Amino acid sequence: MAHFTKATSVKDWLNQRLAIEKVEKVMMSEYWIPKNINFLWAMGMVLVITFALLVVSGIFLLMYYVPTTAEAFNSVNYTIMREVDFGWLWRHVHGVAASVVFLVIYIHMFTGIYYGSYKNGRELIWISGMLLFVAFSAEAFSGYMLPWGQMSYWAGMVITNLFSGGSLHADGFVEWIRGDYVPAQAFLGRFFMLHVLLIPLAIMGLIGLHFGALRIPHVNNQDGEEIDFDIEAKKYLDGDKAGSKVMRFANDFMSKDMMVVGIFLIFFFYLVFYNYGFAMDPVNFDPADGLKTPTHIYPEWYFLWSYEILRPFNIDLGLVLFAFAQVIFVLLPFLDRSPNSCAANRRGPLFAGWFWLMLMNMIVLTSMGKLPPEGIFSTIGLVSAILFVVMWLALPFITKMEKKV
Amino acid sequence: MKNKEPLILAVVVFFTLVTYYLVEPFAHHQMHKHVESEGFVYADLPALTKTGNAAAGKDLVANAGCAGCHSIKVAGMPAPMDAVTAAQSYGVNPPDLSNAGAVFDAKFLADLIKNPAHALNVEHKFDAAKGQMHPMVPFYGMGGDIDQEIADMVAYLQSIAVNKEDMTPKIAFENACGRCHAVGYEKWTQIGEKPKFKHEKDGLAFDIKVMEYQDSLTKYMGKLPPDLSMYIRSRNEHYIKTFMENPQNYLKGTAMPRVGVNAEAADKVIEYLEDSGDAKRHEREHIGKNVMIYIVIFAIFALLWKKQVWKDLH
Amino acid sequence: MHNNSRRGFMGKAFGVVAGVGAVGSLVAMKKSWDPLPSVKAAGFTTLDMSIYQEGVMVTEKWRGKPIFVLKQSAEMLEKAKQNPRDIERLVEVDGAHYMMCIGLCTHLGCIPAFRPESNDFKCACHGGEFDASGMVQLVPPPRGFDIPPFRIDGTKLVLGEVGPEWQTMKDNGITL
Repeated sequence: MAHFTKATSVKDWLNQRLAIEKVEKVMMSEYWIPKNINFLWAMGMVLVITFALLVVSGIFLLMYYVPTTAEAFNSVNYTIMREVDFGWLWRHVHGVAASVVFLVIYIHMFTGIYYGSYKNGRELIWISGMLLFVAFSAEAFSGYMLPWGQMSYWAGMVITNLFSGGSLHADGFVEWIRGDYVPAQAFLGRFFMLHVLLIPLAIMGLIGLHFGALRIPHVNNQDGEEIDFDIEAKKYLDGDKAGSKVMRFANDFMSKDMMVVGIFLIFFFYLVFYNYGFAMDPVNFDPADGLKTPTHIYPEWYFLWSYEILRPFNIDLGLVLFAFAQVIFVLLPFLDRSPNSCAANRRGPLFAGWFWLMLMNMIVLTSMGKLPPEGIFSTIGLVSAILFVVMWLALPFITKMEKKV
Repeated sequence: MKNKEPLILAVVVFFTLVTYYLVEPFAHHQMHKHVESEGFVYADLPALTKTGNAAAGKDLVANAGCAGCHSIKVAGMPAPMDAVTAAQSYGVNPPDLSNAGAVFDAKFLADLIKNPAHALNVEHKFDAAKGQMHPMVPFYGMGGDIDQEIADMVAYLQSIAVNKEDMTPKIAFENACGRCHAVGYEKWTQIGEKPKFKHEKDGLAFDIKVMEYQDSLTKYMGKLPPDLSMYIRSRNEHYIKTFMENPQNYLKGTAMPRVGVNAEAADKVIEYLEDSGDAKRHEREHIGKNVMIYIVIFAIFALLWKKQVWKDLH
Repeated sequence: MHNNSRRGFMGKAFGVVAGVGAVGSLVAMKKSWDPLPSVKAAGFTTLDMSIYQEGVMVTEKWRGKPIFVLKQSAEMLEKAKQNPRDIERLVEVDGAHYMMCIGLCTHLGCIPAFRPESNDFKCACHGGEFDASGMVQLVPPPRGFDIPPFRIDGTKLVLGEVGPEWQTMKDNGITL
């Protein structure tokens, strides 16, 4: 048995049993962050706050939501929105946060791509991050089923139909996923289970992995410079705070994190109270009707780019490219063959061009995915989808040609 | 080290706004055509040329046979049949006329009395030439100047109706929409507000009556008019107003009649729908203001803390 | 040191502001937990007292709980008059007297059974007994049946509303 002495204080008592001082140093006051960063480095904390908002608002929605096809719509739009004190607030916070979290995820992701934060020891941060993207996507999709509106039903119908595998006609598999021939009570029940228990657990586990993968390599910096954290930390601890290249996570970086969070929350609560239509689509305020498809069906905005890669082609090719699009981002650390791990603008015109073109192409795909597949829109969509695939196939070659910076 | 943060912020904001614009205003504009409101002026209906005399109108209404189908509760005239039986005969329950004069536009009422299918914009369904008569019998005149007689009748209806200031959202909705559209969230059924029943049996009996009415209505209209509880959020105010002005704007060939409300009643109908589908809007605005003030203070304090902490880091 | 105390002050000030937000959120959360308006509105039941027969015990419902209504026969009334506490438990509506109370044993909450042959109530759980006016006639129940708030409205009783008769019962310790 380890040796324990009589405690001198509550802190000492806890410290002997839980090593709280060591934990505090490793996680907070001696977790060193490079100074050469910008506010984009705060997006991780913004995501934590947004996830916390989703969990808390979700808890209060869960108290009153009824997961049956007969009651779901009214439990949300009557009980929660009209009867529960502040129920409308939790619903608006939950819906807006579910949409905004993806905006921040994309900013966070593209920050990582731009600064090369997926290379040279940081591959697992990237991979766990992409797994988090998949988990959040599944969480968003399952959550959208729950109000059981027209969009819930038809999105459920369309997305589960994807699993028939085109020409494979795996209709039995689709029915197995749904638990019924069409989205009905069995379907709603299992997606409720996924949304409320299983996927949140997976997300929390993946967040743990994501932080764990980050701890040893430390966060990146704007120049991709490899910093000797031991030397810089010593400078700081010896009193040369201004000269050191690093700062403490708590409270140095955290104070800036909180400032960014504060500004983010102004934007967030403005949306919650005054401009929430983008997050709560009007079509979903019609109760689900299996005998009537809405004139326009579309997924939530954050899925539009990959929806648009599926659409322009015949079903088999579309499904292959759709699968490609989901997986290809994960492989980025291995497709990028260049030795450079620094900001894109310093890696030469090829990679910098690739980055901005990829970003703009994803926006074009997103926009076309919302529009009816007619005329000029379907042409642009087709070109953008092909461009997306070509750019990823070209990446290994582009990066192989890069000169060392 | 040059501070690149303003530039980075500008880039992030730019791409976010471009994406938002393309996905929301632009896409919705592409998907839904915009119909201008005509301000409930009913430009296609003839202007009223005669000044109506309410007293003369009262006699005319009593003798023209209106009470054969319509109740006028404020004038002590009861409905000749209950709503369910009436719907079996006419497809829908003929409205009580107590507040018609306040809720509906005068030109509309005048044209309706003379030529119901025309005023209601359902001539595509009730074509007199093909012998398809609208359930409401047109007024053929009582021997005098028909336009004067109609003006008198409209004046009478306006005289017995509630004052503009006293028109509640409920009065406007029940008159304009309530005989076809249920609003479950306000306990409104096509045959009236559902009362509280002590015994389950009585509640079920009421529900059966509602369903029988809805059967007649479905046969008459082609399909059951939808429940409007959440329509203020599934369609917006502009859509509902322009839809009421002329349903043919959006759904060509629909059986839904032009409603014929005046501009004030239209606002009250919207208010009724907001009370149903957006009941907490006032609280949301009030709390929103307070939360925005708080969060700005929060951000300012966070900024001040950051500045203090970072003073010795630069 | 000058810097430390300034940074410490601003940090604490920010902490207080954040705390205000946290408290506000907790208030909103507490309110979301409150009973819904429809639940509170359903807390009223109206009994039409004219339908009850003497000596026949009828069980009604109020706020999910059983309500015993026993219209007193002349015999029951005689017995009750002999005990001042008994007569004070009865509700008088339109000339007739009723035992009207929550049908749960005051010991541990089981529903006692009415025995018409002896005009009393027997609780199967631990053997407690109540008489025809609701008073305890055999322990372990610690007090007579509780009487729900009521208001007399002509020949009707509205349970859930407080009328003067009930207020008197409460003030005199007849019921909690």
